[in-house]
Amino acid sequence: MRHALLLAALALALPSLALADPPRAGIVHVQVPPGTPLKEYGYQLYGGNCVTCHGPGGRGIYSPRPGSGGQETLGPRLKGVGALAADFYLRTGYMPLSSAYVQPRRSRVLLSDREIRALVAYVASLGPGPAIPQPHPERGSLRDGLTLFTHDCAGCHQINGEGGYVTGGVAPPLEDATAVQIAEAIRTGPYLMPRFSEKQLGDGAVDSIIRYVQHTKHPTDPGGWAIGHIGPVPEGLVTWLIAMVALVATCLVIGRRHA
Amino acid sequence: MKRWLIALVVLLLGKRRRAARLAERERIVPPGRPEPRAELAVFWLLIAAAVCGAGFPVVYALDPPHQTQFLGLSLGLCLAFLAAACVTVGKRLVVTEHLEEDYGVEHPTEQEALEQLVDESGDRFTRKRLIVVGAGAAGTALGVALLTPAASLGPVFDLDPFFRTPWRPGRRLVDENGRPFLADDVEEETFYTAFPQGADREQMGAPVVVVRLPTRELDLPSERRAWAPGGIVAYSKICTHAGCAIALYRKPTFAPTQPRPALICPCHYSTFDPARAGEVIFGPAGRALPQLPLAVDGTGHLRAAGNLSGAVGPSWWGVRNRKPHA
Repeated sequence: MRHALLLAALALALPSLALADPPRAGIVHVQVPPGTPLKEYGYQLYGGNCVTCHGPGGRGIYSPRPGSGGQETLGPRLKGVGALAADFYLRTGYMPLSSAYVQPRRSRVLLSDREIRALVAYVASLGPGPAIPQPHPERGSLRDGLTLFTHDCAGCHQINGEGGYVTGGVAPPLEDATAVQIAEAIRTGPYLMPRFSEKQLGDGAVDSIIRYVQHTKHPTDPGGWAIGHIGPVPEGLVTWLIAMVALVATCLVIGRRHA
Repeated sequence: MKRWLIALVVLLLGKRRRAARLAERERIVPPGRPEPRAELAVFWLLIAAAVCGAGFPVVYALDPPHQTQFLGLSLGLCLAFLAAACVTVGKRLVVTEHLEEDYGVEHPTEQEALEQLVDESGDRFTRKRLIVVGAGAAGTALGVALLTPAASLGPVFDLDPFFRTPWRPGRRLVDENGRPFLADDVEEETFYTAFPQGADREQMGAPVVVVRLPTRELDLPSERRAWAPGGIVAYSKICTHAGCAIALYRKPTFAPTQPRPALICPCHYSTFDPARAGEVIFGPAGRALPQLPLAVDGTGHLRAAGNLSGAVGPSWWGVRNRKPHA
């Protein structure tokens, strides 16, 4: 029975394989005639890649949670999240996600730039929502950025932006985050990260934070070996390894007998 | 303990009896040349160790700001001088000799021969009392230095300051810039740090973390129902495990595997549930986070409606028995 199914699947797959471009893993690419509006192209891509979890028209998928009587969502509503959230999740490779039950992580972006623009245009058209932000980190202050980052971000992402852990989740490193992605993440709060509104962190504050994050990628080290850029602790550990050898050598000298 | 005491008594008695027998036996270790200079060096090294060791409690008591390296330096030098004294004793003062034949296998004689070896190896010590005084001083200083940090474990008798917080009914919550919090400005899915208006922010009880949760998700005990106007709850920002700041807020997500919001301490990942009166849901903390009852005044600002529900910060003796006061 299983063999028969496999054969049938192969028979179905072979002709399409021969006709189309080699498909990229897990992504449905759609062919549209030239001149199709971006939104329409995005609608078709949405149907192929997103609708399973986010539901038709971005309404989200709700399934009753057993026991409590509450509602549990498989994928959140996309109405009103705007271009901002769509752009963030697609350009970081967070979405499409293979399973709704794992934390989205930064990965290789499998959609082309045009496909992303189309999907963003479609999601933005679902309801009024924030546009893609345009941060100006050069206007920010590094000093304010350090203060704000220490206050609101370093608890999870570490003071050097190298990421860390939360119980039940991972705070990603910020090495690969672009200025726009940082601004988007602050406003959306991806996965279990808090969401910071403009009331809490104004655009100027966001600029400063981005400036600081960019600084952590090329920090100015005040001295020493700068292992990990987090101060004297890792250097101390390495020093201890050297000190061990020195101590053993000293012991050998002390223990040598006189001829 | 009892056994050790008996062993000590037997040892002391045995030593006295043996001294009489020692006079007439034959030497194993050749008599060594006395080295008064080495002895003096050992004495001064021990005194130096004692001085450095005594320096530790002095530096500790003076408590110069941000100068902990002097504590390390004093203790390190003390140990270094002690080591130098031991090396000098081993190399210059103990009589050593290469023995060509093996020790005898008969136990009684071996035992006696060993004792004799030890006694005779110490021949070069001419000023025993001096060395004993030096070693005693160094040992005492080192012991005191090692015990001194116990004073940092906190007050044992006057615990009252630990229960004092700057919160009292009607006190406004302000942010780090001193602006009062409007209840309507507090949003869901994020967290805020608040302080009591006009109070010292460095006090342990001062900072609180404020989050807003959907009211239907709040599961507070019945006597705390009124503490969360509009779903806004406030808890002490100081972790009840080791006193770090609660700097993480796990936003509730859509995934079924990640159902609850949580306040998390980044030091050891103690995780508290803000919807259930700050109870511990993960990690080493032993007590729930103290909750601050909130109220909204006529102008829509957040105010404290009382003091924190429990003592702030890491636990100490009797921490659960008393309530904090203003």
